Amino acid sequence: MPKLTIDGKEIEVPDGLNLVQAADLAGIEIPHYCYHPGLSVVGNCRMCLVEVEKAPKLQIACNTRVAEGMVVHTRSDRTRNAQKAVLEFLLINHPIDCPVCDQAGECKLQDYYMDYDRQPSRFQLGKKNKKGKAIDVGSGVMLDQERCILCARCTRFFDEVTHTSELAIFGRGDRNVIDHWPDRPIDNRYAGNVVDICPVGALTEKDFRFRMRVWYLHRTPSVCAGCERGCSIDIHHHRGRIYRLKPRHNPDVNGYWMCDEGRHGFPALQTEHRLTTPLYQSGDRMAPEGWEEALKRAAAQIMEIGSRSGANAIGAIVGAQATNEEAFALKHLVRNTIGSDRICGFSWTPPGASGDDELLIRANKNPNTRGLAALGIPTDSLDTMAAAVAAGQLKMLIVLRADLVRALGEKEFIAKFGALDYMLVLDTDANETGQMANQLWPVGAYPEIDGSFTNFKGRVQRIHSAFPPPGNAIPALEAIARLGHALDGVQRDSSAQAVFGEMASQEPAFRGLSFEQLGPHGRNLAA
Amino acid sequence: MERILTRWLDIPDIRRLEVYEANGGYQALRKALFDMKPEEIINEVKNSNLRGRGGAAFPTGTKWSFIPKDSKKPVYLCCNADESEPGTFANRYQLEFDPHQVLEGILIACRAVNAHVAYMYFRGEFAHQKRTVENAIAEARAKGYIGRNIMGSGFDVEIYTHRGAGAYICGEETGLLESLEGKRAYPRNRPPFPAIQGAFGCPTVVNNVETLSNVPWIIRKGADWYRAIGPEKSPGPKLFCLSGHVNKPGLYELPMGFPLKDLIYDVGGGILDGRKLKAVIPGGASFPPFTAEEAEKVMMDFDSVRAAGSLMGTAGVMVMHDDTCMVDVLRTIAHFFHHESCGQCTPCREGCGWIEKLMIDMEAGRGRMEDLDLLLNIAGNMEGNTICVLADSLSMPTRGFITKFRSEFEDHVRLGRCPFRDRDGRLAPPAHAAYEEHAQES
Repeated sequence: MPKLTIDGKEIEVPDGLNLVQAADLAGIEIPHYCYHPGLSVVGNCRMCLVEVEKAPKLQIACNTRVAEGMVVHTRSDRTRNAQKAVLEFLLINHPIDCPVCDQAGECKLQDYYMDYDRQPSRFQLGKKNKKGKAIDVGSGVMLDQERCILCARCTRFFDEVTHTSELAIFGRGDRNVIDHWPDRPIDNRYAGNVVDICPVGALTEKDFRFRMRVWYLHRTPSVCAGCERGCSIDIHHHRGRIYRLKPRHNPDVNGYWMCDEGRHGFPALQTEHRLTTPLYQSGDRMAPEGWEEALKRAAAQIMEIGSRSGANAIGAIVGAQATNEEAFALKHLVRNTIGSDRICGFSWTPPGASGDDELLIRANKNPNTRGLAALGIPTDSLDTMAAAVAAGQLKMLIVLRADLVRALGEKEFIAKFGALDYMLVLDTDANETGQMANQLWPVGAYPEIDGSFTNFKGRVQRIHSAFPPPGNAIPALEAIARLGHALDGVQRDSSAQAVFGEMASQEPAFRGLSFEQLGPHGRNLAA
Repeated sequence: MERILTRWLDIPDIRRLEVYEANGGYQALRKALFDMKPEEIINEVKNSNLRGRGGAAFPTGTKWSFIPKDSKKPVYLCCNADESEPGTFANRYQLEFDPHQVLEGILIACRAVNAHVAYMYFRGEFAHQKRTVENAIAEARAKGYIGRNIMGSGFDVEIYTHRGAGAYICGEETGLLESLEGKRAYPRNRPPFPAIQGAFGCPTVVNNVETLSNVPWIIRKGADWYRAIGPEKSPGPKLFCLSGHVNKPGLYELPMGFPLKDLIYDVGGGILDGRKLKAVIPGGASFPPFTAEEAEKVMMDFDSVRAAGSLMGTAGVMVMHDDTCMVDVLRTIAHFFHHESCGQCTPCREGCGWIEKLMIDMEAGRGRMEDLDLLLNIAGNMEGNTICVLADSLSMPTRGFITKFRSEFEDHVRLGRCPFRDRDGRLAPPAHAAYEEHAQES
């Protein structure tokens, strides 16, 4: 652990760090463009030049390893002058089209200009270099070569992370441009990451650009529900609408990246595609009703079937889209309140979905298959449930976040479960299973609820509610708690935190974990 | 002085192996293989005080000694034949007229650092020189001087030739290595230095053609003999590429420490058209010029030129007489480095173009007085702040020309035109007058 002094602050840092990282630990920002902790060091932007005592020249912080006794000045006159000089150089051929640039507000040229430069341009020649604008380079990425500062983050991403090398630098000197090879645009399932790591407005996302100024966006940490990897993400939203998903650094799950499938997986969750009020079957159509009636109606059915055919005539199926807390709460309701032992999980991936790859993408497109297993809810016993229905032992099903009809096909679903007397479905939209239900309850999708997912490696990670569920939809945890209350009159705390606490005390796999301590990077299951 | 590096002037066919051999060729290699241990070769070269001729003047023996002795990776030797510095044309003649001398130097160097593969990197325009060298390699291979078990010594060296696509930056040693590996010639951050991580991630020595050509002589005649030529700290025969306004421009082999005045007036036959000397750049385009008065006193060796405020670089001596516009010279130099900057580092990529644009305006009479300080400031912001020294190669002449010939720059601004006549003897109209005329018409 070498000790060094940065701006008069003495700190001890782990060996092997570079000065950007070491300064960061000391709470000091060393500005940089080309350096990215997930990529190799190239040292080309020269923004991180700092004064290191005993070195005759200024040193780039990104390529300087910490050493015992090193004395670094990040705000000395020499350093400030170099920072101003680099910013001035970067801006002389930059179009300065901030008012129409989609990066404005999250642009490192803007930010560093305000933080480190703030001087008028001395470039009075009028003629800036002209390069390509609004070039579609493929996979939803748009390129503006004039705004580009040639930091080579994007080319390094495709060289070093995906090993596909779609982008390269062409030309020489200030005629250099980023581009794809002739007739070979980007065709890559991780292309969106280059937009994230582009420090300026050179690479923007086709789907997002011009849709929202970034300073209106709120960020809520969450976990991508697109597959069992469970990449850490930030949901960028404004007034109950999601505008984009961005990867959030998590060294234990996804590093700095996420895939494009996950990134673009949110449109189906927007309000217009959602179920916003409880429905019940009335004749041959589904009719809306309030939650009071809906709960009363479901509780009455459970009482009626329970007293007629016994508690075991009622069962539940939990989809692997449900959170740990939801699965636990439903299991608890079925086992302890209703008194049935018929609960099974359901983890289904549509045919034709992408398979496992070496980077992040997993074939299993459910975020919580491992969580169900950890809770002792089997995901391979759907046929046992079907047999019980066929034998007349199972009369009513509560289905949470599992689109059985879509998975099995209508014919097979009817063959297996058609004999049910009653089906209560809790889901985010009016899916095919919901259409065949006796009751369909709208519940919050993952951006709207608190809870946790367990990824395929047993990492338990938190999701946070970015905004409330649309319309009369409520979190599934609340629906389950209120149904329990309607059955036994006992009030339940339906907060994810409370349910997690109960789960940690009852479920061996979650023992020792606490909701608060999951932190931004999550924790591993106990076993 | 006996000619050593330019023996083709005395022995016309020395490019042929049998002629080279008849004149003592490959004797040094034999000595290095059979009578000397690798560390003895390195020590001999160290003791000779041979310094790199590519421009940086780094001691060659010391460079060799940086190669790890117990490297588990193969060691490579790269011969830098990417001679691209403006005003420099020594390697070109050597490769064309005496290729075996270079090859012998390469083979001895390989023995010294225990390299079994050597690469020769030619600049893109050296197609003919590459063929000459390839013929020489074929001759030497047939004789058992290159390949497996050289002269029955059990030592193997394979020499590969590679021609670049024609870029100045490929002559920078790490840019050369990147290009050799098939990538863009973006110079690398150091450390790691090539001696630890060079070509293909292995320890590598990069030496200039002229440097390697000195090696057989040091081995044959000894370090003491070599050190006695010229000043002790910077000794040896040196190839001077004399160009510009002299009566006899050309390639001259002279001992280090030769007076610049004599190079221009005796060897070079004096200034063209009987005019007066105005400025000399002593080492290619990358360095500050000397004024006529300064040139009187300078001795041409690495240390003396440095002490006089410039650098000898490649010894591309460019002479300019008193009818030369210094503004136009700096504009031309800026054009070159703007064209050749690889564009990797921000200060160089943007600074070279900015300086050129300012110089175009200055020469055309559109400059402003404050541009002079701006130019000095831009040059200062570029210098020392980049991965390689290309930025310095423009900032140094920029500062040198403006500091030493400031009044000429100011004249351009004051007159609104270049005060010098063009090739047809005409003066350009003042830029502001042309503008005012245009403004009145419209």
